[in-house]
Amino acid sequence: MVLLDVVGLTKTFTIHHLDRHIPVFHDLCFRLHEGQFLLVTGQNGAGKSSLLRCLYRTYLPNDGHAYYESRYGRVDLARAADVDIALLRREEIGFVTQFLRPRPRVSALELVAEGLGELGEARARDLLDGFGLKPELYSAYPTTFSGGEQQKVNLAHALARPRRLLLLDEPTASLDAQARRSLCQRLADLKAQGVAMIGVFHTADEIRALVDGEIELRGARLGLPTHDDETTHGGFYVAD
Amino acid sequence: MTAISSPLSYLNRVDEPRLIGAAPLLRVQGLCKRYGRIQAVQDVSLDVYSGEIVGIVGESGSGKSSVLRLLNLEELPDEGRYTLALPTAIGLDGVNLFSLDRFTRREVQTQHIGIVYQNPHLGLRMGHTSSGNVAERLLISGERSFHALRAAAREALAASDFPLDRMDDPPRKLSGGMQQRVQLAKAIALRPRLLLLDEPTTGLDVSVQALVLDTLKRLQRERRLAIIIVSHDLGVIRALADRVLVMRQGRVIEQGLTDQVLDDPQDAYTQQLVHAKL
Repeated sequence: MVLLDVVGLTKTFTIHHLDRHIPVFHDLCFRLHEGQFLLVTGQNGAGKSSLLRCLYRTYLPNDGHAYYESRYGRVDLARAADVDIALLRREEIGFVTQFLRPRPRVSALELVAEGLGELGEARARDLLDGFGLKPELYSAYPTTFSGGEQQKVNLAHALARPRRLLLLDEPTASLDAQARRSLCQRLADLKAQGVAMIGVFHTADEIRALVDGEIELRGARLGLPTHDDETTHGGFYVAD
Repeated sequence: MTAISSPLSYLNRVDEPRLIGAAPLLRVQGLCKRYGRIQAVQDVSLDVYSGEIVGIVGESGSGKSSVLRLLNLEELPDEGRYTLALPTAIGLDGVNLFSLDRFTRREVQTQHIGIVYQNPHLGLRMGHTSSGNVAERLLISGERSFHALRAAAREALAASDFPLDRMDDPPRKLSGGMQQRVQLAKAIALRPRLLLLDEPTTGLDVSVQALVLDTLKRLQRERRLAIIIVSHDLGVIRALADRVLVMRQGRVIEQGLTDQVLDDPQDAYTQQLVHAKL
């Protein structure tokens, strides 16, 4: 089943005080089925993170559609009402970044287990253990953690909840080898359960086995492309 | 500058079908309020669902506190409709609360809406005991037994993370953070569905502020409260709110998911506001 159908998605930042438009990507088209993994590549500033953020609606796309087949019905992520996006974020779509936003005086374990009910704590311990966070840090506040430790809490938080679509923005950055292996294994398990993923990875080697298709973003900032430039790549349609 | 289509023009239209099955708890349409020559609130519309925290930000005088006073039925607008999805037995389904007589309006205000002001003097009797301040709300609702009143006040104070060994101290002897907790206990004592917060943590030191925000977040989760919080502190809004409205000169100039408004602000004024944050 097609889970996500992206048609003509376009993002341009408008910076009012500079009186400037900054195009990021233009007329992007691709499809993603359940259980598929799409790798997004491109140089720094090519718009990889912006694409993920547009799908999560942290950024507002300027044009185009991102039709998502939710449990409640089909919805355009580019245009749905905010309350609907909030609902999907709670229940279906997860976003994993390399940055944790720790909440003051909330422990690592509480943060991961929050809102998961009775089994939450066991699940949180399991995930944190899998990523190799030292048990003595479970009750500590993540504000004081190292970058890698924060990242482990972040990943555990993101993967503790059931998801149908995961947006992964460099989730392996600042992780040690054991945590990277553990994460890849978790992602492989989720993929086997039908979870679709779109990921940006600094080094893609470790994730390569999971990848079903790849899009490369390049050059939207160099000038606006046209439909004639469309190419297909790994079964996904790309305009750059 | 060439025109780039702004998504704000088509997002969140009330006539669009929604995925979310439930009806909003609160619906406000076309709110307008003028004080003399000043148009304090101009055509403000808003839906808030149970379990949701909505922030209102904007500079001083932008109309955000005026909106809160109207939602608390302290004042009447010049124009506008305001409905709350209260239990059917109350018989106010679809009724414009602004059209109610003074007494019914007061009843809705005390029973179904809680409010916490920035200035505790507005919400509390500073010389009465803290438990007495909370119990007052319960008295209005008709409870007369001393033991029941005290037990209910204790429960509300505990839910607000107030230290119970201080419950018989008057608010004037308490710290700012504790005074806010007494206000909060009073606001939630009758288990309202809607909680309004007007700069609840302004003036508190950072560590106390974090604790009060934690309490609010927990209450929202446990009681499925709809919360509207007015604040000029974007950090507080980011930590607490699911959605946010940006007001300027009485109008809502931008609204969206909190991370979207703060990370990808569309309007020129919102961009200035976000970039002004330290």
